[in-house]
Amino acid sequence: MSSAPPRPVHGKLLTPGVTFLLLLWGLGTIAGLYRFIMGLGAATSMNDGYPWGIWIAIDVVVGTGLASGGYVLAFLVFILNKGKYHPLVRPALLTSLLGYGVAGVAVAFDLGRYWTMWRIPVSPQYWSSTSVLLEVALCMMAYTVVIFLELSPAWLEGLAAGMVPGRARFAARWLPRAEKALPFLIAFGLLLPTMHQSSLGGLMMMAGLKLHPLWHSGFLPLYFLFTAFAMGFGVLYFESIFSSAAFMRPLENRLLATLGRYVAGAILAFLALRFVVLGLEGKLGLVYSAGRMAFFFWAEIVIFLASAVIFLRQGQLGRPHQQLQAALLAMLGGALYRVDVFLIAYDPGNGWVYFPSVSEILVTLGLIATETVIYVLVVRKFPILAGVSTPPGRDVPAGLTEGTAS
Amino acid sequence: MTMTRRGALKVLGAAAGAAAVTTAEARTPKPSGPDDLGLLFDATRCVGCRACSIACRDANGLAPDVAMIGGAPYDAPADLNGSTLSVIRQWSTESETGYLKAQCMHCADPACSSVCMMGALHKGKRGVVQYDVDRCVGCRNCQIACPFNVPKFQWASASPKIIKCELCRHRWDQGKGPACAEVCPRGAVVSGSRPELLAEAKRRLAAKPAAYQGGIYGETQGGGTACLYLSPVGFAPFGLPALGNEPAPALVETVQHAIYQGAFAPMVLFGTFAIVAWKNRHAVTAAEENDS
Repeated sequence: MSSAPPRPVHGKLLTPGVTFLLLLWGLGTIAGLYRFIMGLGAATSMNDGYPWGIWIAIDVVVGTGLASGGYVLAFLVFILNKGKYHPLVRPALLTSLLGYGVAGVAVAFDLGRYWTMWRIPVSPQYWSSTSVLLEVALCMMAYTVVIFLELSPAWLEGLAAGMVPGRARFAARWLPRAEKALPFLIAFGLLLPTMHQSSLGGLMMMAGLKLHPLWHSGFLPLYFLFTAFAMGFGVLYFESIFSSAAFMRPLENRLLATLGRYVAGAILAFLALRFVVLGLEGKLGLVYSAGRMAFFFWAEIVIFLASAVIFLRQGQLGRPHQQLQAALLAMLGGALYRVDVFLIAYDPGNGWVYFPSVSEILVTLGLIATETVIYVLVVRKFPILAGVSTPPGRDVPAGLTEGTAS
Repeated sequence: MTMTRRGALKVLGAAAGAAAVTTAEARTPKPSGPDDLGLLFDATRCVGCRACSIACRDANGLAPDVAMIGGAPYDAPADLNGSTLSVIRQWSTESETGYLKAQCMHCADPACSSVCMMGALHKGKRGVVQYDVDRCVGCRNCQIACPFNVPKFQWASASPKIIKCELCRHRWDQGKGPACAEVCPRGAVVSGSRPELLAEAKRRLAAKPAAYQGGIYGETQGGGTACLYLSPVGFAPFGLPALGNEPAPALVETVQHAIYQGAFAPMVLFGTFAIVAWKNRHAVTAAEENDS
């Protein structure tokens, strides 16, 4: 069905939805300026007990988890050889690129000595081989470049179809080379997220007693890999359905239906492993006795379980509303798990508390808004989404209220 | 001929097997050195005069952390902070109350330096955990990692640094040790090499066994620290964490090493992915053509 080559969607850029997002971008920019002028202490609620707030926990840790769509899809298409999912690859890579871009900007906001950030990749003489964070940082930087290159056929095709002769010549020369290099780029694009998504979990192993025992484990790296899978697949579904609605394109629901069992399998394996490991570590009693923390633990379990069940059920009919429910639950479950590890289950003791400040929230919303606007802009201008597009010149309001063409 | 999923999984399985064959070597805890400099704090002797706090400020050129108490200004930090390397805090139990000095513990195997990306925090001469601002990007991972919540960040500064005790290493050239120990009028805080301090702590324990509870904190906790504590009430009232004998970096670095096998596992994984993706490259176009 949606196997026609990717094409630009076209249509009007400044829709009411985009205008609202630009407003959020403006507020986020003001809050961001405030941080750089007044300093971290004035702009954020972070403190010596909670040195990492939502800019790390949500923008980086949850954000790159949600940006794992490109990762899981590349695995499915090029390693498990499921060529039929290929139409989903480009939009997934685009969201991944944007997600990692946002994480990079968030880190620049968060670093106390942000003007020294450039030294990290260019100072191998200082690199500490024991630092998990260094591995995460270098891997994420490299991966952002790799996704950009993986997407290069899309923007080269865009240039080739354009009116500027110089650009078209450039595209004609590099397009074949980009396609030849693709398998190696894909291999990098699979290796790097495997490394840094697991290492995000590795980061919090060092917190030791400060991380609640229900979450602290030598298996944190593996858990983070599982949640990257769950969130990556969730985003894939969400994005496909959202794009269908927003740009009035045919739904890819049949294509997505058969994918559900892989997602459900990954989620169920994650849940089973967690209980087995808690048992082996002798912490199973805590799931009843840990009070408020037990609530958050069970919230994760229930959300993931519901997601897995719906992913299995939607497989029969491929109903879009079920797919959307399952996807949102998988994204939510992964996000909650990661925020739990980085903030909610983290307790430095000594009476420290943290709740994000207005500036922190505005910067985060601003970054998400920017990401969304760029996505809309790029799919309208570049060949990202596969299949039929509405004829150019027709105004298409971006809004989920518009009828879907399924 | 395109590669089947079973074929791909076989390759992946073989790669995983190859990675697992090279045995994961546990990262052993790093021991303290015989010349490591440290402090011994004896809570049975401290009267809370705070001479050590003032001497620390003078020796390190740190401005007083002034708070208004009853309308009068006092240098009264409640805890270690961006301008306080050493602090006296009060502790209390149901029957007793007393004082506690807090500063960097100078772990034998410190978590802060293990996580530090470019070695801004690292073990220097005499086992001191020292800070080099030129390598610090302000990520604050050291604050997450430290089990004692010691490294402090200058939140209000436009050019913030991490602040922590370095045992007055800038005074060693002048033949001086940590300023806090130098001024203590009651021998509640003394400095010396870790073996000397351990011997002194054991001597005090043996001389008055009834006066102390809980042994010597820092002898084994968290893999051993150069700063040691003696207490009349055990260490829970002090807020010192009940750490095991294994330093946190031993677990983390063992797990990371088991995953990475140096760079071997990533290289095998990359090679496998590249081969499988290369073999599958035509399958994608074929599947698309079949579909349409």
